[in-house]
Amino acid sequence: MKEQEEDWTLVIKPNSGLFDLQFKEVWRYRDLLQMFVRRDFVAVYKQTILGPIWFFIQPLFTTITFTIVFGRIAGISTNGVPPLLFYMAGIVSWNYFAECLNTTSTTFIQNANIFGKVYFPRMIMPLSIVVSNLLKFGVQLFLLILLLLYYVLTGANVQPNLYLLLVPVLILLMAALGLGFGMLISAMTTKYRDLKFLVTFGVQLAMYASPVIYPLSTLPEKYQLFIAANPMSGIIEAFRFAFLGTGLLNWGYLGYSTLFTIVILAIGVITFNKVEKSFMDTV
Amino acid sequence: MGNTVIKVEDLSKQYRLGEFGSGTITHDINRWWHKIRGKNDPYLKIGETNNRAVKGDSEYVWSLRDINFDVKQGDAVGIIGRNGAGKSTLLKLLSRTTAPTLGSIKIRGRVASLLEVGTGFHPELSGRENIFLNGAILGMSKTEIKRKFDEIVDFSGVERYIDTPVKRYSSGMYVRLAFAVAAHLESEIMIVDEVLAVGDYEFQRKCLGKMQDVSGSGRTVLFVSHNIGSIKALCNKGIYLKHGNLIKKGDIHDIADLYMNDADTDTLAVVSDVSYSDKPEKAAYIKRVWLSNNNHTIKGEYDVLEQVYLNFHYKVNSSTMGFSPMVQIEKDGMMLFYSMLSDVDESVLDHQEIGEFTYRVKLPYPLKKGKYSVNVRLSKLRLYDIDAVDKAIVFHTEEVSFDPTNKSFAAFRAGLIANILDWKLVK
Repeated sequence: MKEQEEDWTLVIKPNSGLFDLQFKEVWRYRDLLQMFVRRDFVAVYKQTILGPIWFFIQPLFTTITFTIVFGRIAGISTNGVPPLLFYMAGIVSWNYFAECLNTTSTTFIQNANIFGKVYFPRMIMPLSIVVSNLLKFGVQLFLLILLLLYYVLTGANVQPNLYLLLVPVLILLMAALGLGFGMLISAMTTKYRDLKFLVTFGVQLAMYASPVIYPLSTLPEKYQLFIAANPMSGIIEAFRFAFLGTGLLNWGYLGYSTLFTIVILAIGVITFNKVEKSFMDTV
Repeated sequence: MGNTVIKVEDLSKQYRLGEFGSGTITHDINRWWHKIRGKNDPYLKIGETNNRAVKGDSEYVWSLRDINFDVKQGDAVGIIGRNGAGKSTLLKLLSRTTAPTLGSIKIRGRVASLLEVGTGFHPELSGRENIFLNGAILGMSKTEIKRKFDEIVDFSGVERYIDTPVKRYSSGMYVRLAFAVAAHLESEIMIVDEVLAVGDYEFQRKCLGKMQDVSGSGRTVLFVSHNIGSIKALCNKGIYLKHGNLIKKGDIHDIADLYMNDADTDTLAVVSDVSYSDKPEKAAYIKRVWLSNNNHTIKGEYDVLEQVYLNFHYKVNSSTMGFSPMVQIEKDGMMLFYSMLSDVDESVLDHQEIGEFTYRVKLPYPLKKGKYSVNVRLSKLRLYDIDAVDKAIVFHTEEVSFDPTNKSFAAFRAGLIANILDWKLVK
């Protein structure tokens, strides 16, 4: 009997350690992640006529609106870059971050009925959201590249450059930042819903505190630092620099964004993990 | 003697009652303050047993308290208890949808829990896509599902609709498909809630059969159901929970008997005469129901050999097609039989006169020792109840007047009902 005592496959206890993150479990359920991604991708546009074309329409119209409102009416500088390109690069990257954050932040509340019936590593859910948003982002990035090709061929003032190699890293940072914030918020809203209200308009407001609609370089020094405090700022600027060749590729800002992302992701994952075991009692 | 595959030790679960609001945060802060000083959680000391009928003072209740049991490999364990006994909480802890407050559960082998069938089914996706999605949620890998796909579709019997979105399925088809996925899980331990209470009868039997296959093949099953019949058919061991405490564990037949004989005084107190207020807005309503013996004495405790009459007084305000009063008799929570006025007088179905009526219904004789309850209803047959009262009457029968040794039909002979049949010597 004694030797048996050791080989339990699973021990359910009230509390686990803070760093007992069970990444192995997550890996074992990778097929589920894939299924969720598929579900999100396929189900959203069922029974629509335009289907996946909606992926294009959304950023396209936002870009046009921004071009008219901020470019034409308000006359904000775009550093000499064609405004369509300038805004689209900003919107596409900001949208990815914002959607990751918004959707993951409701993980527990939205999925309470599934979570209440079946166990699987809860982290699969936010991860799948980030991945399915990545597909959507990919489609939009394709649109951006088409637009960029058009401008390059017509000889506009844009220089896609070697920093394009940095883009995958930037995407990873955006995803991790959105995921980290989202998981943190979703964990905190299981008991107290107050934060939910802050998130919805907070994300919207944060966009104005990032260089989506204006280039960081045109700001006076003292404001620049303030805007750069937004961890997305450094990422968006670098993203735009890679594609368009203008803007501010500041390694300091980017380094700060990276550090910020790592910290927030760690806090997010740990908090999420702490809450996931018994959130069903409070949600 | 198989190995122990589940070991539950001092398992307890506390829930907080009432609303979460500003009061919650003060408790949280207090709890945190105790924690950083290295003291125990102050709210674990309080809390009371979970008895819904008794109004408690504490905001915390123990939904489960100090539960200990082992499950051996290959056992099929039925978990029995009335509503609120902690069955669902135990299943939730075992299936890891929530964590225990104290104690631990140790498990050896892969667990599949079916607290519900069709979890995560997406209405817009086709049957095929949902099989993969649901299978993955339940912990199957993609290759595993692919390998079993045909078998699953075959079992569900919805082959023709496999590429149709499940939102177009009838509820029966939906359940069949969902259960088919669940039934093909390859896990050593299966935890099953009352999912069999859905679907048509033929399919239910198929599911029970499938589950028996599972427990017959060395796998372990934990099964919760209100249906003592299916628990007895399926399980060899039982656990009886009451108000969050484990009352007894052991052979399923002992447990089932104990469960059925355990006086649950707070939910089944004797009611022998009950009157209801006027409901002029209804087409018909029940005015009074009472119980009496041969001598018209109204009472709730009867000798097993005493004839019991149910008296049923109702008023008809307007005529309804297909009208019939009916009574349903239950023993220990199990339906014994229905009886309707239209069984003996079909004319009520076509024309129900307006006015007040009192019927005296002779109940079967003898009624075995036990607790009975009577549901009364005025129905438009097969459509709806015009007026209905569940457990309007509750009564007990006891052996008082005789020695049960020779008349064992009245008490401990097996079977739900007793009847004295006609034995005639013909040769």
